[in-house]
Amino acid sequence: MSGQEPMVGVLGLRDIHIALADRTLIGQLSIDIAPGEIVTVMGASGAGKSSLLAFIGGFLAAPFIARGDVLLGAQRLNDLPPHERGVGILFQDDLLFPHLSVAGNLLFGLAQTVRSRAARREAAHRALDEAGLAGFGERDPATLSGGQRARVALLRTLLAQPRMLLLDEPFGKLDAALREDFRHFVFDHARRLGLPTLMVTHDAADADAAGGRTLVLE
Amino acid sequence: MRWAIAPSLTITVFLLPVVAGLIGTLLPAFGYLPAIGSEHLSLAPWRILIEQPGVLTSVRLSLQTGVLATLLSLAIASAFCALVDGSALYRRLAALVSPMLATPHVAVAIGLAFVIAPSGWLVRLVSPALTGWDRPPGDLVTVRDPQGLAMVLGLLLKEVPYLVLMITAALHQVPHRALRRAGAALGYRTAAAWFKLVFPLVYAQLRLPVYAVLAFSLSTVEVGLILAPGNPPPLALLAARGFADYDLQRYFPAAAAAVLLGLLVLGALAVWRIAEWCVAGAGRAWCERGRRGGAIVPIASASAALGALGLVLGIGAMAGMAVWSFALDWRFPELVPQSFTLATWARQGPRVADTVWTTASLALASAGIAVALTIACLESESRRGRTPTHRVLWLLYLPLLVPQIAFLYGFQVMLVKFELDGAWLAVAWAHLVFVLPYAFLSLADPWRALDPRYARSAAALGASPRAVLWRVRLPMLLKPVLLAFAVGCAVSVGQYLPTLFAGAGRVATLTTEAVTLSSGADPRVMGVYTILQALIPLLVYAAARLLPKLLYARRQGMA
Repeated sequence: MSGQEPMVGVLGLRDIHIALADRTLIGQLSIDIAPGEIVTVMGASGAGKSSLLAFIGGFLAAPFIARGDVLLGAQRLNDLPPHERGVGILFQDDLLFPHLSVAGNLLFGLAQTVRSRAARREAAHRALDEAGLAGFGERDPATLSGGQRARVALLRTLLAQPRMLLLDEPFGKLDAALREDFRHFVFDHARRLGLPTLMVTHDAADADAAGGRTLVLE
Repeated sequence: MRWAIAPSLTITVFLLPVVAGLIGTLLPAFGYLPAIGSEHLSLAPWRILIEQPGVLTSVRLSLQTGVLATLLSLAIASAFCALVDGSALYRRLAALVSPMLATPHVAVAIGLAFVIAPSGWLVRLVSPALTGWDRPPGDLVTVRDPQGLAMVLGLLLKEVPYLVLMITAALHQVPHRALRRAGAALGYRTAAAWFKLVFPLVYAQLRLPVYAVLAFSLSTVEVGLILAPGNPPPLALLAARGFADYDLQRYFPAAAAAVLLGLLVLGALAVWRIAEWCVAGAGRAWCERGRRGGAIVPIASASAALGALGLVLGIGAMAGMAVWSFALDWRFPELVPQSFTLATWARQGPRVADTVWTTASLALASAGIAVALTIACLESESRRGRTPTHRVLWLLYLPLLVPQIAFLYGFQVMLVKFELDGAWLAVAWAHLVFVLPYAFLSLADPWRALDPRYARSAAALGASPRAVLWRVRLPMLLKPVLLAFAVGCAVSVGQYLPTLFAGAGRVATLTTEAVTLSSGADPRVMGVYTILQALIPLLVYAAARLLPKLLYARRQGMA
């Protein structure tokens, strides 16, 4: 992410194999996800859904064993450390850093391509405005509602100018009314920014809402 | 890969003195000490040791005080934890646990000696009204009693708070509230439910702390110097006395005594381990009998009450020393001095300033290095994404399980060889050996409990591993990091033997000075030394508690 604009391309997974000790979780997975496309991976817990996202993000550690290529456009991501892969990840929990303000969280995420202090502040506030969170910048994340925290988490991810979006059951902990709302919020942003998006979930409604292809892990 | 070397570097830095020291004590115990021209292995040191009058009494005294202190502190601490939730008074008293823990052994022992002395507060409370004494009773022996009971009491005052804290930490790992509710729903009284359902789960995590208590109780020198009988003394004191002798030939039997003490500790730990199995078996049978109340209820109540009394006695002892330091004239049987003065502080102030500086600088340096090494180890662990095995925990506890006297002499011999003995740096290193385990144990759990997805989120946002450490992990863990530092400072301030040996008697801290002065000095001067000794750790604790509150005043998530 050093300097140049993020290059969005097709997210390609080639022959991904993930095992936990001698138990195979994912046999041979290959798929291309186009910019702006949302692909859903479904499966019971323990089926290796989150391990797949961890592998793409570069976080998969022992005792997991994994092989296969992760491509973005023409670039192979496997050898890059996690912080240089440009993956945006949303987890089930918002994981807002509790020691930073709302704006502090956004500024932590905001890409280094925005240099000056003023421009960075401006970018953070504009993001909050557009998300209907105007004036929330100096708030303590702990004082926000669940829905507000979820939106800040997405904003933080997007401000880092990711080249793809990985969603790890990000709607699981929201109640039904908020869930609908936040789903649209996330999917709209993903499509508008043209990010290849991979979502894992065990909720069929999530897959329906995404409206794209669905893979099922047994 | 720089982070990967952190664990091995740390283990080397803090185990080298232990291993080298053990060898350096073992060899003289068998007559080999080339430095003073003895190059032949022999059993002569052991013969001299055994022929020493009263040596068997020393062994018995060590075992008796050590085992009694450990059993009682475990019973009292467990009972106190079992009953603390049900009593508002106990809950309030539990706030005294941390300050007691932060106060060095030597300060507590000196304070206790003054409080239980025939002329102390306890006797004054009932004199002359109940006793008719208008002068301190001359024939009453309360300190340095031949059975070592005063020493046991002194150990309890420090060890009960330590085990209470360890139990509290262990309780976080087990569903103790649900277990107690389940027990209550089946008709079990609070104490019965706690000891039958919660204690067995907690003990697994309590084992190493209990072993450390047993080892310390058997082998402490500084508490013994103040509270134990002198003739014959506990074995650890016998060894310490030999090492301090001008006659270099006394080193050999002293080294033998130190090795014997090491074997004694090893044996006691083995017997304790066997006893654990027996108690576990008996405990299962006890649970299966299904008694809802029984003897455990009054026993637990009495033990918890003793724990509460002990906390009050400990704080009272420290308060007594504070009063002494300001007393102009405090005659028996007055409860408080008739007049107060700042003269003692004014007179001691300039003399003690250097000592305070040495004490504080050693504490800050050893605790700072210990916390830095701990963070490096934990960060290396986080980056590799795996936690070490249980075996590493045993390594960490090693300096706490081996008697200090059994390796500090050998460590000193090693320092002499490198011409480091008597240097501030050598003392800081010796302190580090004991500070590091406590700092690590204090920081490791909160560090490992931090949700790893915070670091992943940060990395996904483009933060390098270094940025994740400095901008996410450390700020989020500021409170436990500072607390580990405070624990380290408290441990360092309390070190007696490591200061004495590594410093070759030339580096004086408040603790070594307090021990030196404790035989027959003016109680007002003792007051100054003990209060300063307690004050340094307490100030660091207070700062460690306050700083995160100030920095994160507006962050509820960091409370």
